[in-house]
Amino acid sequence: MELTAHAALLAVAEAGLRINAIDALFICQPDDFFAGLSFAEYLGLSPRFTDNNRTGGSAFMSHIITATMMLEAGYIDTALIAYGSNQRTNGGKLATSIKTSAWDAPYRPLFPLSSYALAAARHMHEFGTTREQLAEVAVAARQWANTNPEAFAKGPLSIEECVASRIISSPISVRDCCLVTDGAAAIVLTRTDRARDMPKAPVPILGAAAATWWNSIAQATDMTTTAAAESGPRAYNAAGVGPTDIQNVQLYDAFTINTILFLEDLGFCPKGEGGRFVSGGTIAPGGSLPVNTNGGGLSCCHPGMYGLFAIIEAARQIRGEAANQQGQVDVALAHGNGGTLSSQATVILGSVATL
Amino acid sequence: MHEGMGAPEAHWRAALANGTFLLQRAVSSGTVIFPPRVMEPGTGDMDLEWIEATGLGTIYSLTWVSQKPPAQPYNVAVIRLDEGAQLMSRVDGGTPETLQIGQRVRAKIATQDDGTPILLFDPAGH
Repeated sequence: MELTAHAALLAVAEAGLRINAIDALFICQPDDFFAGLSFAEYLGLSPRFTDNNRTGGSAFMSHIITATMMLEAGYIDTALIAYGSNQRTNGGKLATSIKTSAWDAPYRPLFPLSSYALAAARHMHEFGTTREQLAEVAVAARQWANTNPEAFAKGPLSIEECVASRIISSPISVRDCCLVTDGAAAIVLTRTDRARDMPKAPVPILGAAAATWWNSIAQATDMTTTAAAESGPRAYNAAGVGPTDIQNVQLYDAFTINTILFLEDLGFCPKGEGGRFVSGGTIAPGGSLPVNTNGGGLSCCHPGMYGLFAIIEAARQIRGEAANQQGQVDVALAHGNGGTLSSQATVILGSVATL
Repeated sequence: MHEGMGAPEAHWRAALANGTFLLQRAVSSGTVIFPPRVMEPGTGDMDLEWIEATGLGTIYSLTWVSQKPPAQPYNVAVIRLDEGAQLMSRVDGGTPETLQIGQRVRAKIATQDDGTPILLFDPAGH
């Protein structure tokens, strides 16, 4: 809660506001069932609306959908979306009260790792994806992190090192997994006309959409396609753009297979081609498509849920203030994943020039 | 309403304890459903019947979970049943070298350490 409050104050200050300007609170803390209420009390707010949804790491993209519609409808004026967790210092393991479905639990899948392993194994079986290709994702993330002062995991990392690392739930090894860090993040949303008068350049939400297809991966009739194949096209449609317009891509990379699945499902390469697409440094610094330019959940930070950090890196790229700034970025995409590839939400952000 | 459709989960578990692997089938669409529910997912149709599963299926995906040595890895599999429904389970009698996605499997009912029954699979003959 303290970390979250620090992030909230930074976000509010960056917007040139005081905390009492916030009239809507969107939050999803890992360990606090009533976070919407307790965080409002902590900040001393009496929000007109609080949202504490539970779609997992995609929650923050879903928060943006709700907040933008409420702003547009005039129900709220200034929304705060916040998250924080100290799970590294508080045990070093993913802090969660989430349980595997009662139907799956007797078979002892590691939550959530084995579900992603099942998706990766099927992707390898259907499309010939290799562990070296999964490793390409981890190596690219590390290369971005190495030049990001905020990133947690730094240092050289090779494909060979990833492939040789210990298998946890095959084919996923230690190096295919996101970090467990502390961290907090917060953003402020208001109507664009009002944002124009604030100290920093506004980052308009051009479009956003969410989709949920299942809870347990065992119920996925096509385990190699996620609901991003639905949320992506709906978000593109709302924004009036397509994959070729996206200059900067932020994908929730809880595991290396995520990046491959979402590159396919969001239209950056055909289904099944994700492994070959990322080979040879395509998404690494200097590659043709900048993906997770902060180092992602794999190497920058992952305090339990990463969605809000993906949104912030996309916004920083648009404002021209990212650690690994990729020239002038006018359209960026941030994609969140929740549960075990269960819930997907896509947000497309633009510069003021795109309005 | 057919027997056990008011509380289908309890009915299914009681049947498993009696040595029977049941599935639900929507009478009008013929869709086979697992896990048991009070209605057909997607339509809300409550006209469901119980059928005994053939127990035959195919490994749709498979992962081996490592354990601290000397404990051996165990597998977690998603099985696509011949009737069309899918479930999570474990396939006995194989190793990471011998067990493959696409392999045919047959259901069996085993007993867990706490005495409750559990649905498992064995590789099916060729």
